[in-house]
Amino acid sequence: MGPTRVVPLRRPWLWLSSAAVLALVVALAVSIWQNPHIDHAAIAQYQFAPAILKGLRLTIALALLAAVIGTVLGVVLAVMRLSQSPVLRLGSGLYTWLLRGTPLLVQILIWGNLALLFQHLGPFDTNAVLTPFVASVVALGLNEAAYMAEVVRAGILAVDRGQIDASLALGMSRSLAMRRIILPQAMRVIIPPAANQFVSLLKATSLVSVIAGGDLLTAAENISSANLKTIELMLVATFWYLAVTTVTGLGQYVLERRLARAGTGMLAP
Amino acid sequence: MNDAVVAATPAPPMLRAEAVHKRYGRDEVLKGIDLQVGKGEVLCLIGPSGSGKSTFLRCINHLEKIDAGRIAVDGELLGYRQRGDRLHEMTERDVCRQRAAIGMVFQRFNLFAHMTALENIVEAPIRVKGEVKAEALGHARALLARVCLADKADAYPSRLSGGQQQRVAIARALAMRPKLMLFDEPTSALDPELVDEVLAVMRGLVDDGMTMVVVTHEMAFARDAGDRIAFMDAGVVVEQGPPQELLARPSHERTRAFLARLLGAPSRH
Repeated sequence: MGPTRVVPLRRPWLWLSSAAVLALVVALAVSIWQNPHIDHAAIAQYQFAPAILKGLRLTIALALLAAVIGTVLGVVLAVMRLSQSPVLRLGSGLYTWLLRGTPLLVQILIWGNLALLFQHLGPFDTNAVLTPFVASVVALGLNEAAYMAEVVRAGILAVDRGQIDASLALGMSRSLAMRRIILPQAMRVIIPPAANQFVSLLKATSLVSVIAGGDLLTAAENISSANLKTIELMLVATFWYLAVTTVTGLGQYVLERRLARAGTGMLAP
Repeated sequence: MNDAVVAATPAPPMLRAEAVHKRYGRDEVLKGIDLQVGKGEVLCLIGPSGSGKSTFLRCINHLEKIDAGRIAVDGELLGYRQRGDRLHEMTERDVCRQRAAIGMVFQRFNLFAHMTALENIVEAPIRVKGEVKAEALGHARALLARVCLADKADAYPSRLSGGQQQRVAIARALAMRPKLMLFDEPTSALDPELVDEVLAVMRGLVDDGMTMVVVTHEMAFARDAGDRIAFMDAGVVVEQGPPQELLARPSHERTRAFLARLLGAPSRH
């Protein structure tokens, strides 16, 4: 007698629904591919056009710069939010309330048109300092900070209180404990929502087309308003946005793996 | 007190607590604690949970601020500076300096989860005391050997048993070369079979003449390793004395009831 065989449960509905989803995806791809109203030659022509690639570079630069500002300021705001001073807590709370509570589009328009409010920033001419690019970076970065503050705060709160006790008991200052003990451990909780934030930010860069930010969408729109091939250029832009967010997802995966390896393995898959 | 008398007084005790009060809101947790621990002495604090033992221990290294009274370690007032008849709160830097000389071991170990055993031990000596890295590493390896964990230097806390983690935590505290060690129920979170390996390390410290305050439910340890036992209940020290005497002939009803419950003897006489 051989060993007893295990027969897996049959799941006909799982197979059926999977087949349905696959069929839908194929149908969609075919309908786009064979649609007579889509000029495939135009897509091929513009996919790597210099103007589009320039817009793409700008979009990536915008997103990276805004992410850096957002992360640094977000950490500061999160630490303020958790500080012992009611004034700092209130300041951080007000910031988050204001920037999360108003549409990003409005914030971009305000930064882009700040010259109407202040003609000079210190000794400088406002329009000279706040070029569309700079205004875009500032608007996106400050907005991102409000969200990152919450992400970082959640990460800090997720670290066991005993860690700060142990740090202080060893004679560490609060700031040293924050830098060396708390934030590194908070990272594991912060990375997934932060990557999510970054993907949102990447797509939000498209909003700066309203102040002629020169990003990918602006570039695509400029071309399509001249040749009226709107859908084709949106598909060109879509391809690039998906490409960049896919790379971001890969980066997140690598980062999480590395943190899980170095850490306790608590969050490792 | 004139100068001649001061000069004649023997060296100050390692720990002197006078009329220490601590409140959480309306709840008074410590209602005037007076305790002294001489150099090289081992004091065991026993008592029911919620009696204020752990809170008192946390007050000793200023993890909790006291509301009234004073605590001095090695003759130096803790957390405050006396000028005339006023107490001025110390700067964070001074509090950190004082804490660095007091080791603390926690019930739940609180090892830094993102660091190996060795990194846990050298972190504070390098970052707080500014020790040279090579020297700190050498000392840390010696301490690991002392707690019989030389082979676990590169293990992360999640790969260690509770007893191993607690021994690393003790080594981490010793790495700062403290003059006073505080133990907050160091074996309460351990599986029964792991208790002895931690107690053995602690007995080793006792033999080396370390001054220790130990909050514990391990009566055997309190009896053979402690120089004195203090029984706390409801925020006061009910009685204290040499272990044999206090355990054999407690003079207060509350002590008798507690010991009877703990040792499993009938509590009614």
